[in-house]
Amino acid sequence: MELFQGKRRNILPGFGLSMGYTVFYLSAIVIVPLSMIFFNTIPMGWEPFLHTVTAPRVLASYRLSFSTALFAAIFDAIVGLLTAWVLVRYRFAGRQFLDALVDLPFALPTAVAGICFATLYSPVGWLGETFAKWNIEIINSPTGIVVALIFIGFPFVVRTIQPVLEEVEQEIEEAAQCLGATRWQTFRKILLPHLFPALLTGSTLAFARGIGEYGSVIFIAGNLPMKTEIAPLMIMSKLDQFDYAGASAVALVLLLISFSMLLLLNAVQEWQQKEYR
Amino acid sequence: MGIELQNITKKFTGYTALDNISLNVASGELVALLGPSGCGKTTLLRIIAGLELPDSGKIILEQKDTTNLPPRKKNVGFVFQHYALFRRLTVFENVAFGLKVLPMRERPSRSAIQERVEHLLKLVQMDWAIKRYPSQLSGGQRQRVALARALAVNPKVLLLDEPFSALDAKVRQELRRWLRKLHDEIHVTSIFVTHDQEEALELADRIVVINKGRIEQQGTPQEVYDHPVNAFVYNFLGNVNVFHGRIKNGKVTLGTHHVDAPDELKHTEERASQAFVRPHEIGISRIRSAETDLAGTIQEVRIMGGQIGLNLACEGFEHPIDAEIQRELYLNLQLAKGEKVFVSLNRVRVFTSDYEI
Amino acid sequence: MLKQPTPESAPIIKKRISDPLPVQMALIGLTLLFFITFIFLPLGLVFAQAFSKGWEYYLESIREPYALEAVKLTLTTVAIVVPLNALFGVTAAWAITKFNFRGKAALKTLLDLPFAVSPVIAGLIFVLLVGSRTPFGSWLGEQGIKIIFSTPGIVIATLFVTFPFVARELIPLMEAQGRDEEEAALTLGARGWQIFGKITLPNIRWGLLYGMILCSARSIGEFGAVSVVSGHIRGQTNTIPLHVEILYSEYNFAASFSVASILVFLALLTVGVKVTLEKQFQKNSFHH
Repeated sequence: MELFQGKRRNILPGFGLSMGYTVFYLSAIVIVPLSMIFFNTIPMGWEPFLHTVTAPRVLASYRLSFSTALFAAIFDAIVGLLTAWVLVRYRFAGRQFLDALVDLPFALPTAVAGICFATLYSPVGWLGETFAKWNIEIINSPTGIVVALIFIGFPFVVRTIQPVLEEVEQEIEEAAQCLGATRWQTFRKILLPHLFPALLTGSTLAFARGIGEYGSVIFIAGNLPMKTEIAPLMIMSKLDQFDYAGASAVALVLLLISFSMLLLLNAVQEWQQKEYR
Repeated sequence: MGIELQNITKKFTGYTALDNISLNVASGELVALLGPSGCGKTTLLRIIAGLELPDSGKIILEQKDTTNLPPRKKNVGFVFQHYALFRRLTVFENVAFGLKVLPMRERPSRSAIQERVEHLLKLVQMDWAIKRYPSQLSGGQRQRVALARALAVNPKVLLLDEPFSALDAKVRQELRRWLRKLHDEIHVTSIFVTHDQEEALELADRIVVINKGRIEQQGTPQEVYDHPVNAFVYNFLGNVNVFHGRIKNGKVTLGTHHVDAPDELKHTEERASQAFVRPHEIGISRIRSAETDLAGTIQEVRIMGGQIGLNLACEGFEHPIDAEIQRELYLNLQLAKGEKVFVSLNRVRVFTSDYEI
Repeated sequence: MLKQPTPESAPIIKKRISDPLPVQMALIGLTLLFFITFIFLPLGLVFAQAFSKGWEYYLESIREPYALEAVKLTLTTVAIVVPLNALFGVTAAWAITKFNFRGKAALKTLLDLPFAVSPVIAGLIFVLLVGSRTPFGSWLGEQGIKIIFSTPGIVIATLFVTFPFVARELIPLMEAQGRDEEEAALTLGARGWQIFGKITLPNIRWGLLYGMILCSARSIGEFGAVSVVSGHIRGQTNTIPLHVEILYSEYNFAASFSVASILVFLALLTVGVKVTLEKQFQKNSFHH
């Protein structure tokens, strides 16, 4: 445990035991299994790897996962900000009820969300019927995927903005008012920049989650090759063909995308904190 | 007249924050609202700024009724206790904010804004920090920036809500003197709220003492300090010794001691009264110089820098008396704990109100 | 994360700056519209579909043997996963919050890793590690141990997916509480386990409980990862969500939604418990 021993001597007991167990469990459940992705991709060699991950069907699935997750994250940013604002700033009957339900997408199994949206937006479904009249297809289309991902990512945005919005001191807004700013100017020039890091964090989390999401999407997507096949599904179908190396290759790229997203986010947050705290 | 407040009343659920307050502040005057916390002084300031609406009464700023105007149309500068600087804007952007949010046709040009901000930051001695963020400044520096920001919009009045209370004692004193000097230069009508009597005495042209939503007294620092109208004001403006006694036939009885009652109470019938003496208005000597001097024993000596605090047990008095004397006198008289001395009460103030301390 | 109570604000009563009423109404209206389309309608739909063939059919669907087997498997998984991850969460939070060491930030990031991994990939890695076509997996197979396409596979995939929940709840909580109380106990002569049992555990019990509830909710509902490692053998390796999927893909919608309604009910319960715990937490911390 030398590696982890800091300069200051630790006073409380149990460092060795707790740290040892933590590292052991982390390695056994997370690190070693995750490393399998690398060990299964490396023997492939560079050429076959590139060939696998740039196959048109795979590329189409990346593009689809990426773009639908992005649209959903943008929509979530707007709706999440709206919801957080309404929940924090206004007092109305049923507010606490809505507040509690924000967590539902976290708690609801993704498969259930999937079959719900698939049924809701099917051409004979409660909402699908109306859209069908306008000739808008939601099920079996990227739009349907976006709908499912909006649901999945929504709580991330609300729950990151809410505490920041709650902590905004009232004096800040009063100061802006006294200086002659309208309500809208106060929001745009003071509050929005203040909320921006949280907004960015929340929607990045929603985006990262959206890229990997599987359960809620496959029911509504229709899974048509080249059109509505998401990247996780590509992994699934390669596995079904026992193409382990191919599956790991596709997974590796997906993992690298999500990890770099989160690393970037961490870097941005650190920079923000240094600048303004 | 800079500010005219007419019969302002404000009630919150359960209590009255302001009870029929009327107050005039002349143009260019610097007025302190002084009172204990919860007395309503901050509420009054917020009402002037339009951050609260009064239940009744009028607010007239430079001959214009602004009672129902929203804060952004009042053109007042407000300085908050905790600065309330915009964290994500630089010092420059903070000060420029009020100019940049003006409607297009009233907004100064970019270069004019730049010039004005630079001028103001020089005025508050913060021009070196123009590109910094508030987080990179100390409390005192932040408050200077906040002041510059409030002044940027050329406010008709400047309102300061306990502007120094979040600062260290030393910075507070320094900033206090600096603000007085600044005010002498720019002469903007100003009201500041404080619970610190020293701050009010040192800084203000005029002090308004507020208690429980009412104005107890107003006047220059000299007037208020030397001629407090009641026990509350007297007590709030500094440390005091309190004696409970009776007033009878133009004399006030304190323990076994008698002093002349003040003129206005000379002919009052017998009643309970309170007498106050400030610690520094108590004389100490080794020899009895007047018949009214009390015999006392020093129970405790406290060294308080240039001043020495004495705790005296006096004959005929139930509670010990606090006195403060100059260090020089203390050394000359060779005082020490347990020594016998004579005590003279030089300026006794008598009030008959039932005010309890 | 459970919301921690904010310190009480200044005693001065201030008028809260608010928006004009029409703006408020419009924004609340928009929010409601979102909630209706994205939360209320889907929830309503589950129950409408579940009871579309009547009570009888509903009860039958959730009582048929395959459904009961799925419930049993899911409960078994929860019973193994939650205690293991809770134990880990407490240990990791203790190590991270009570000591200073180099690499703390990196360790915290590693704890969050499973959140950034697609559920399908979470399943995949265990197929790659212990699947019958891997060296380790075939060796295990020779010993008569089958992991993938059987219960152990479902358990470890779920372990991975729900790995961070408890630790994530506890770390911010214990960081906020600091070490003072533990150090005070130390100076009074308490020993390691006594400090933990008498000081730390009571302080974190609500956070721990909430973390375990989140962990259970996710264990019950995990679909992608479990789907990869289960093999979908009815009555043997089908969890509740997988059972829902099979019924749905057989166009047996009423039965599918009937079973799904159990999951919806559990999700609502989770959300309700969170609210209750938050209130409890707030009340408790006033005594401190």
